[in-house]
Amino acid sequence: MPLSLDDVRRIAQLARIAVEPSEAERVLADLDRIFALIGEMQAVDTEGVEPMSHAQDVTLRLRDDAVTEPDRRELLQSIAPSVERGLYLVPKVIE
Amino acid sequence: MFNATVAELARKLAARELSSVELTRALLARIERLNGRYNALISVDAGKSLADARDADALLARGAARPLTGIPIVHKDIFCTRGWRTTCGSKMLDNFVAPYDAHVIERLKGEGAVNLGKANMDEFAMGSSTESSYYGPVRNPWDEAAVPGGSSGGSAACVAARLAPAATGTDTGGSIRQPAAMTGICGLKPTYGLVSRYGMIAFASSLDQGGPLARSAEDLALLLNAMTGFDPRDSTSLDRAKEDYARDLARPLTGLRIGLPQEYFGAGLDADVGRAVEAAAAELRRLGAETVELSLPNAGLSVPAYYVIAPAEASSNLSRFDGVRYGHRAAGYGDLMDMYCRTRAEGFGTEVKRRILIGTYVLSHGYYDAYYLKAQRVRRLIARDFAEAFRRCDVIAGPTSPSVAFDLGAKSADPVQMYLNDIYTVAANLAGLPGMSIPCGFGERGRPVGLQLIGNYFGEARMLNVAHQYQQATDWHRRTPPGMDSES
Repeated sequence: MPLSLDDVRRIAQLARIAVEPSEAERVLADLDRIFALIGEMQAVDTEGVEPMSHAQDVTLRLRDDAVTEPDRRELLQSIAPSVERGLYLVPKVIE
Repeated sequence: MFNATVAELARKLAARELSSVELTRALLARIERLNGRYNALISVDAGKSLADARDADALLARGAARPLTGIPIVHKDIFCTRGWRTTCGSKMLDNFVAPYDAHVIERLKGEGAVNLGKANMDEFAMGSSTESSYYGPVRNPWDEAAVPGGSSGGSAACVAARLAPAATGTDTGGSIRQPAAMTGICGLKPTYGLVSRYGMIAFASSLDQGGPLARSAEDLALLLNAMTGFDPRDSTSLDRAKEDYARDLARPLTGLRIGLPQEYFGAGLDADVGRAVEAAAAELRRLGAETVELSLPNAGLSVPAYYVIAPAEASSNLSRFDGVRYGHRAAGYGDLMDMYCRTRAEGFGTEVKRRILIGTYVLSHGYYDAYYLKAQRVRRLIARDFAEAFRRCDVIAGPTSPSVAFDLGAKSADPVQMYLNDIYTVAANLAGLPGMSIPCGFGERGRPVGLQLIGNYFGEARMLNVAHQYQQATDWHRRTPPGMDSES
């Protein structure tokens, strides 16, 4: 199913990646080629087949609801672009 | 010394014929001399490596050494290494110094191995040629006009160029096996869940697995022994009894059934690769194995299904790169949304952006069923094909890659051409099965050909047995790239 430039703009917005108008055509062409490849999957009938997300039939492990992690805030924030008083700083949201 | 396998080096180190410091120093000097040609390493730190080596020598002196103590190993730059940069081949993490070690790194450190450096890779492990790295492409030691394969191209090139006796890599759609094939070395992707993904920067969580690259099946077994093991910090890590993956290496192959899927020998396979793989199959028969023709009817759907599932999971995993807590942040922006959009547009390369966009689309409202859910159903069909095949054989064999290494730049124009390199490798990731590649000859322009083995779940020891027996009877794995000065 071919995409449109509007689709590209919409997906880029969802993905939070700026796509310049000058790039959009090329991105669209690339995505169309990839969707042609993916489309080949539609050829097979998968009626009644359970989706598979994991090779082994395992269940997610649970543990006791107890504190196990030490406070490593200083170490983990030492690599942040902008931090003040233990808080990550970001520009404000303009609605 | 540079041609020695890990097993051979371990014996020399244990016999105190060689110290880890001497070995590490020699490899660092070799890297200094040759890395410019291959661009296989992103980060090298002689001080840190030699400190590891000194610690290892102390263990060796006390008689407290383990099998990998003192062995220098290169790590794909996707494994978080405390105190070293971990870039994932991306501008997004160009300045990222990991505050912790990945589980795989912890385990190898625990064995006394030496961190020899961080290897170049396709950005965020997305690629089959290592051409998408922010740090420039890696060149194949067998032919510098050729790619080494990807995404673990730097790891493979280091081992092939004798810059390191072993390396770690990751494999989501073939990223250990395919570069191993293209650079004439050995690489193994374990059963999903055997190697902890903690600290291994995530691409596609249901497909990613870390694994070893080296120059012999025996070496892969030694590394696998160290890399596997339950880790409660990875929710998909399997809690099983520890295995010795070297235990069956010496078993004769008499009576072993090797399945040859007809779909792996048909259209799409280059003739030169086909010839080398057929010759390998003949050799396995000479060693006592029986080859069985079989079919994997849904093989043709693996690549389409993979290119829905992997990008979908990547779009989710890479959403953490937003300039807030680590990594690149755009220099100029308006509001928060603008910061996210510019940071991610600047930090990610073209292929990564493409895959995030595909993934976002296939997971979005109205498309999830037609794409992601459909692909997960196709995935089950593929897994069922293998289950059926393993009732008639013990190990599956075939080509790792449809062609030998291609020229740098040859497949950059059309992303789909690049994706078709993965036709034989992605199925094992989709099904969660173990797979490996070993050298089995040469093709066009003297470039290496890889034989792929796929095992049943937890069938690593058996696959390694086949590989080891093949390597006792042949010497493809001992060949050195032309013009390589190996003893200086």
